[in-house]
Order: sequence, then structure tokens, then C-alpha cells
Amino acid sequence: MKYIDGFRDPAAASAFRAKLEEHGKELSDAGRSVCILEVCGSHTMAIARFGIRSLLPDCVDLVSGPGCPVCVTPPGYIDAAIELAGRGVIIATFGDMLNVPGSDSSLAEARADGARIEVCYSPLRAVELALENPDSEVVFLAIGFETTIAPVISIVKQAAASYAANVSLLTAFKLVPPALDALLTDPDLAIDAFLCPAHVSAIIGSNAYEPVVKEYGKTCIVAGFEPLDIMMGIDRIVELAAAGKVACENQYSRVVTPEGNPIALQLMNDLLEPEDAYWRGVGVIPASGLKLKHAYAPYDAQVKFGISVEPGKEHPGCLCGSVIKGSHKPDQCSFFGKACTPDAPVGPCMVSAEGTCAAYYKYLRTT
Amino acid sequence: MKKHNESIRLAHGGGGKLSRDLIEQEIISRLYAERESELPDAAALTLTDSDIVFTTDSFVVSPAFFPGGDIGELSIYGTVNDIAVSGATPKFLSLGLIIEEGFALSDLRKILDSIRRAADRCGVQVVTGDTKVVAAGQCDGIYINTAGIGIRIPGFDLSPERITKGDCVVVSGTIAEHGLAVMCARNGIAIEHGPQSDSGPVHTLVKAAADFGAEIRFMRDPTRGGLSSVLNEIISGKRSGILLHESRLPLSPAGRSASEMLGLDPLHVASEGRIVAICSHEVVDDLVACWSAVPEGEGSIRIGTVTDKAGTVVMETATGGTRLVDLPKGELLPRIC
Repeated sequence: MKYIDGFRDPAAASAFRAKLEEHGKELSDAGRSVCILEVCGSHTMAIARFGIRSLLPDCVDLVSGPGCPVCVTPPGYIDAAIELAGRGVIIATFGDMLNVPGSDSSLAEARADGARIEVCYSPLRAVELALENPDSEVVFLAIGFETTIAPVISIVKQAAASYAANVSLLTAFKLVPPALDALLTDPDLAIDAFLCPAHVSAIIGSNAYEPVVKEYGKTCIVAGFEPLDIMMGIDRIVELAAAGKVACENQYSRVVTPEGNPIALQLMNDLLEPEDAYWRGVGVIPASGLKLKHAYAPYDAQVKFGISVEPGKEHPGCLCGSVIKGSHKPDQCSFFGKACTPDAPVGPCMVSAEGTCAAYYKYLRTT
Repeated sequence: MKKHNESIRLAHGGGGKLSRDLIEQEIISRLYAERESELPDAAALTLTDSDIVFTTDSFVVSPAFFPGGDIGELSIYGTVNDIAVSGATPKFLSLGLIIEEGFALSDLRKILDSIRRAADRCGVQVVTGDTKVVAAGQCDGIYINTAGIGIRIPGFDLSPERITKGDCVVVSGTIAEHGLAVMCARNGIAIEHGPQSDSGPVHTLVKAAADFGAEIRFMRDPTRGGLSSVLNEIISGKRSGILLHESRLPLSPAGRSASEMLGLDPLHVASEGRIVAICSHEVVDDLVACWSAVPEGEGSIRIGTVTDKAGTVVMETATGGTRLVDLPKGELLPRIC
């Protein structure tokens, strides 16, 4: 627990609060402010859980970004999973997909109606399920960012090694760097700096953000998920902004290297190829997704079962799309906390444990 | 291959000889060894006091055996604790067993032995019961229902209505360990020195708290939904709120590790041998000292205070920020990353 206790230490937190206040004062004395987008859903949740927003100077605006894999997965993906379940396929999934609304239903509702939906902690459980149920097909819901992709596609390697031909992936993988490009070219947004994800960066490396700094002149700081990590990251952004500088830096050096994780990157490169991907709320972002290469088609559920993932129907009036790209905050949505709560979510941001609306509802709502 | 006589068969619930054998040889011999008569369908009880409390609870925990406990003791402690925290001394319990065909007799024996030990520890008698066997697939191994009667302890005046600003929130030991132990067991997550269920009785703590009489405003065992669920329920619709201090929350190292790994907020996770109490500021130190002296209350600590922020439970985080303490969602789900 030393990496937790050390990065939650109240005395150190107090010192960083003072430092942040000082840098905030320098920034506001210079007549400027800074808008920081925290890219990752785990940051969003940690910021809310540790009450960090309540510690920020007025000149610092922290908005939440598209980094919750569940939230950006289109309703049509859930529809496809439900359709497969309806054909008798065993659906294996991480838990937070269960309550995400599809166009008309959710996997939890499908399960209540008799579909076999298995919640897994480890993707490799999908292979075990396939071996335990040789007469059934098992489809793993393969969503996630770079953090999750390598462990999930190891299903393919494991399935091949154990001769499990009855397991496949319904892929909707997403990549972070193309999403940052899309946010920076969106005319609705005015982001000054990014608090870059911790675990995604452990895979892709902190160098992956250099282009953002060079091409767009925006600061990128990779930060860990503990409260002191986040405070240090934000403080550094404010300090740079006050000094009128931009930089790409890595606060989370105990885990993240400049080059990333070569083994995971190699595996991704071997099995996957880029595709244009639809992000719920944002639309299609070029080359922002990954799909299995043709050679691995037997493990691609879309090929195997002849189905395609359509965008699906989103609830009209739901602001998740704007929340996902940081142009609106959850409490600006008329559904927030009224028609849309974690128990009866309208949009995906209220469902996922990492969703921005869920974080606001859980930790920050005022009514 | 399992021998037939080593597991429960449908005929064990059929009312014939096998039923009788099961009840006499397995259940009565364990729970009523000292008695001549068999377990009656209805117990005739003599209560010296007319002021009683009555409760019932069902236990469906999966797996039935988990680190630190099993469904047997849980079914006793659960009902004993529900009676105790309403300010009463538990006395009599009923025991309803629903067993799945094929359930190992050796496991049933372990569960019955555990029931007996737990009942003895709490000073309660199981006075009536019922056993049913259902076909394979119709239940998950074994389900237990217990109902219980207790006698009210004079002096308590427990009601959330009596909570006022300045009162203190006390918890009788580390939180969340039962839920975390079960979650780990259920998902096959083996953590070295991992969480152990805190399953245990709290009636001795209630007895000790009786000395403080009306200064104790409210008591509850924070089971399903955890501490956050109890505290939110207490202040729902009231003019008071609650402020918790994260740095004072009692979590064992194993509990902390498991909740971080599973991505669960320990405030949302069940304990099965703890009390959360709200008492006046005047007696809080004495209550903590008095509970700390009882083995079941080792680790008692004041974790928060009652405020005038109507209807909200707020926590001051270790880093100095504040955040809401919300009700848990229905199903505790593992997160994706």
C-alpha cells in the first residue's frame, strides 16, 4: 500500500494545496485562466472521490473528457451484443457494460429475460467459459482504450493455445491520441492543457503526447490516479500557464516511461489494425479505433456471426455527447439527477463507474 | 464419484424416513443435543416481559463458505444483530433451511455446527425450524431463513428523529470486510492475507451501550449497502446532515487493498459484525472507550459528526477536499480498468 499511502498523505496534500494556490494567484494576477481537460474517466472519478475540484483556485477550470470506454461505446454496440445473446451466445463482459442503455434495452435487462451474460474480472475468463461450454459460443465484449486492449486481445492467443474455437471478440477498441486531435480541432472547445491518462500512458508512453504540444501548443501532463498525483499534475499545468509556457511532462514516472510498454504495443501491432471509429456523442474520428486483422477473422464476432455494429439510437435531449467532449458539464443537462440517475440512466455517462455524470452525481451533486 | 448417502437428496425433504433421519441425526443432534424432544413445528415460549422485538432475515450468500465465516453463523449473527441494534437482548430464533438436492452432507454438517457455535456465543436458543429440499438448480446450494425474538432493554430511546447537530457518529471496528471477503471468494480472487469476513455478534456492544441510555440516539448494523446506506437513510428527509472524516475511517490493510483492487468504495460494502451508532457529544469518548474494552468492539472509533446541512452525508477527504457520500448502486460491479 506504500504507493497509495504516500500519495494520499494529508501533510503533503496540504503543502501542494498551498503551492497550487500560489501558482493560481500568479496566473490570475496575470489576468489569465486555464481550462484543463482531464482525459481519462479514472481521473474524473478520482478527482470527484477525493474532492479535488473543491481545492482549485477560481482561475482553474477542470473539465472532463472522453476517456471512459463505456461512455463512448455507441448504443448500437449494446444492441449487437443483445442480438448475439438472443441467438444463444454466452456474452462475457466487464461489469460496467451491464447497465449501459442500448437503443431499446440493456444487457442487464437481457439477462433478466434469460440471456446468459457473464460478468468477468479477467478477460481470460472468456476462454475458460469457452472451454467449460464447448457446445456454446462465447463472445467477449472487447471495448476499452490502450490500457485494456492488450489484455483483452490476449484472449485470441490463449484461445488458440487451448484450441478453443468457440470464443470471439466483439471489438470496439478506442485510441486516445486521435481523440485529443479531434477535441483540439473542435470549434466548440477551448482547451488549454490536458491532464493525460495514467494507465493508457503506461502502454503508449508519454512521448505519444509530444505532437499535441508541438502542433497545437497545448501542455500535456501525464499524472497518476492518486490524489497527490492529480494535484501535482494540475499544479504543474497552472505553474506552466502562469509562466506562459507549454510542455509535455510525465508526473507518473513510477509507472509510465517515455516509450511505453513494448510488449503490449507489439501484441497490438501483431493482431490489430486501425479503423475509423464511432464515438458516442462525438461521431466518427478517423483511425481512432482498432479491429482484428483479417488473419484473425475467426476470432472476430462481427465476421463470425455476420453482424455489424451500427451507431444506434441515442436518447434525444441527452447531453452525454457534449459531456464526453467536455463542452458541457453534467449539471447543465436537464435530465441530470432527475430523469437520469445511476439507478435509471438515460445516457452512458451516468452508467459507467468512470462516467462523468456518475462522478458528479455520486460525489458532487448539490440537490 | 459422490456417494448418494453423502449428499442431500430430494427424498430428504419428502417427509418420510429420510426426512426424519436428516432432522434427528443431523439437525437435532447438533442443535439440541441436550434435549429429549424433537424440534417442534411451533415453539411454546414463556416471556417475562411483554415488550419484545421480532425480526426475520434470509441468507443466500454465495459461496456458502467464505474467508472468515460461513452462511450458518451468518444466519445467526444477522438476526441476533438486527434484534440487538434495536435495543433488545436476543432470546429465541427459528431456523428455516432450504437445501438444494446434491448439497454435500459434510458441508451441511459444518454449517449446522457453525450455527450451534454462533447461537451459543450469543446466548440464544433455536426453538423451532423447518427443512425443505428443492431440486437441483432451484437454489444455490443452501438458503437459510432465521426469525428471532428479543426482549427490549430498558433505558434506550432509539430513533433517528432524536439526532441533532453536534451528535457524533461512532463505528465499532473496521468496515467492509465481510463484503470484500465474499466478493474475493465469489470472483476467485486470491489475495495473500486478504480480507476476512467480520461476521460476528454485536449484542455485547449493545448491552455495554445500555449504560448510556438516551444519550445513544440510534444504532444500526451496516450490512448490505454499507455505512453510506445506513447514514443516508438516517438523515433522509431530516434537517440534519452528517460529516465524515476519511482519515478516521477504520479499514484493515487487507480491506484497503481489496477495495482498491476491486474498485469498490468501502463505504458501500457490507460489514456483518459492526455497529454504527449516533450518540451525544457528551458521551462519545466514554462510548468509544467502553466498546474498545469489549473484544467485539476493538477498533471502535468516532468517524464523524452530525451537521445542520439537511439531508446530506459529506466526507472530508484525506487530501482536504470534500465530497458527497452517496448511496451505492444496486449491484456492486467490477470496473473495467
